[in-house]
Amino acid sequence: MDALLVKGVTKQYANHTALDQVDIRVPEGSIYGLLGPNGAGKTTLIRIINQIINADAGEITIFGEKLNPNHIGVIGYLPEERGLYKKLKVGEQLIYLARLKGLTHHDAATRIKAWLDRFEIKDWWNKKVEDLSKGMAQKVQFISTVMHEPKLIILDEPFSGFDPVNAKLITDEILTLKKKGSTIIFSTHRMETVEDLCDHIALINKAKKILEGTKKDVKAAYKTNTFSVSHRGAFALQNGTYELVTQVKLEDDFLHSLVRMKEAGSPNQLIQDLTRVTEVFSFAEKIPTMSEIFITLVKGESHE
Amino acid sequence: MNKIWLIVQREFLNRVQKKSFLIATILIPLIFPALMAILVYVAVEQKKNATKEVILYINESTYFKADTSKFIFKPFEGSLDDGKRAFDHGEYFGLLYIPTFELTDPKGITLYTKISPSPTDISDIERIFETHIKDLKMEALHIDQELLNKLKTSVEISNVKISAGGQEKSSDSKVLFGVGMAGGILMYMFIFIYGAQIMQGIIEEKMSKVVEVIVSSVRPFQLMMGKIIGLASVGLLQFLIWIVLISTLTTVVLGYFGLQSPTQEMMQMTDQGQLAAAEGSGALELIKTFSQINWTYILLSFLFYFIGGYLLYGALFAAVGSAVDSPAEAQQFMFPITIPLLISYFALFTFILQEPHGTISIWLSIIPLTSPIAMMGRIGFEVPDWQLALSMILLVAGFIFTTWFAGRIYRVGILMHGTKVNYKVLLKWFMQKG
Repeated sequence: MDALLVKGVTKQYANHTALDQVDIRVPEGSIYGLLGPNGAGKTTLIRIINQIINADAGEITIFGEKLNPNHIGVIGYLPEERGLYKKLKVGEQLIYLARLKGLTHHDAATRIKAWLDRFEIKDWWNKKVEDLSKGMAQKVQFISTVMHEPKLIILDEPFSGFDPVNAKLITDEILTLKKKGSTIIFSTHRMETVEDLCDHIALINKAKKILEGTKKDVKAAYKTNTFSVSHRGAFALQNGTYELVTQVKLEDDFLHSLVRMKEAGSPNQLIQDLTRVTEVFSFAEKIPTMSEIFITLVKGESHE
Repeated sequence: MNKIWLIVQREFLNRVQKKSFLIATILIPLIFPALMAILVYVAVEQKKNATKEVILYINESTYFKADTSKFIFKPFEGSLDDGKRAFDHGEYFGLLYIPTFELTDPKGITLYTKISPSPTDISDIERIFETHIKDLKMEALHIDQELLNKLKTSVEISNVKISAGGQEKSSDSKVLFGVGMAGGILMYMFIFIYGAQIMQGIIEEKMSKVVEVIVSSVRPFQLMMGKIIGLASVGLLQFLIWIVLISTLTTVVLGYFGLQSPTQEMMQMTDQGQLAAAEGSGALELIKTFSQINWTYILLSFLFYFIGGYLLYGALFAAVGSAVDSPAEAQQFMFPITIPLLISYFALFTFILQEPHGTISIWLSIIPLTSPIAMMGRIGFEVPDWQLALSMILLVAGFIFTTWFAGRIYRVGILMHGTKVNYKVLLKWFMQKG
């Protein structure tokens, strides 16, 4: 079953379209990266899923059920613009937020204590948020997102503003939550996190979804049949089958070349052809990084 | 609904647990009377100890008798120009020039001063002339003071209102004036203080950016209503504590001075049938009126108009708070909200209390934006039922409208950061679909 299914969602503002017929499908148990440049419409989509704003058109289902107010308790949301009540104490604050999510006072207190224990910050219960450091407040904020054990967790730019220690902590927590069966969606610019964490991605640009799929499929689709070769002795492999993209001189006659096969073929053939003209030390297919795909697609769009 | 209740609870506890609430609630009923007592005391002392100003005068007439109760008059012999020079060099309050004039036509009297004198100074001097001239005229007409006293008759009209049931009630418009003024001012203060608190609370939520976390759990409208209702209950609690404190204090203080609280005394008097005998004494009249005012009626009306007016303005304050990023930015939008409040506040003194049944007063007490303050000014003066009913219905309709209006701005505004907001932008937000 899909944790989230978005079909034809459109949101129009007075002078611009924030989302234009967007479809996405988030399989249960996945870590789903929602990518896109600033202003692409990611936050609008996330706000619609969280029922903060309404879509003009389209349909959203969560675990097979049409989006409704009961889903508030199913979703854990960490907005990009985040904060806490400065004057409230940590414990009081978390209980308040948990009760707004529909937990009883007793359940909220038990779970929050467990989380504070887990993060080794038990003695913060009676501390006011304004007395906490930024990093400490981030932990509290994260607890507020997950304390009601949501099946679907949505994190908007979760690593912006988090220090590396907390970013690591949260990465670990995300993986633990996934193991426990939660589905996680996060929007981000940070491509290295996408490489590390996501198994599915979607790319939104200018209000439209331009790419979606598993990370593996996307990468396969954007393979350019280019191979990276370290070798001794220069060669010029320019013919009907191959194109020499670059050749860079390293130390002691060593060189590094990128060779592209004009049509998909067997790498074995390329190795054979290469050994005839040079001495090969290493050979690997060059797989595009998410960052390269992202830039190619977004740039390509804006050049149209 | 359940979630609004949680927010109401939170807001209520947040405010009530603050030290500032406790201090304001307990101290204001003590501070106000104390402040008033101090002011009266200072004013009395100042009057007692005031040094009299010296006025130089040039008298060319025969009709001036220096009365030194208010000023010290020092004669100057010489021309007006010489007098002006002497006045310039000396430490005088003024130079009074009295030319020759006819008793029937006192003209040309001039007071030269360095600073503008107060109207009372001028009228004090005028009275000196008037009294003296009157005495002279009486002498000329052979009227002595005794005869004049005989001519004087004092008439006092006592006002008795007859209500529909034929019950008679004495009333004293001065007491009603006081009640109306106190009610109006209190209403103005409450609406302003608590309205501003709503706005501040919303700006804080927006600035600390906690708001998006909250609206992912509750509808923006629920959050807004929760905040407004929460603060209203704080206001009501504070008001009730004040009522209890003030009435207890009055009883205690009066008891200390050997008096009883007006109502108690009244009741005893009625019991003992002394009322008729004691009638005619001014203080007792006052006590009588005081006890005949329908306090329950006034209190209930106050509560209704407080809740209605507060909800009406609270929603507008909430809309402003949601639109801006800082309290400083809020100023520009405060203006149109403050205008009707200020109008009703000033109208309270200029029209409503002077002429509670005048056309302007009636309309101000019916139009929802001004009615909370205006109606409080009129409430003691027997407002016709249809006016009260119309005013109340319109107030309810008014706050439903402003709440709806504010809700539409609020839901967009709270999620906007760093936008340059003007009225056009507000209109755009208002028109925006969910």
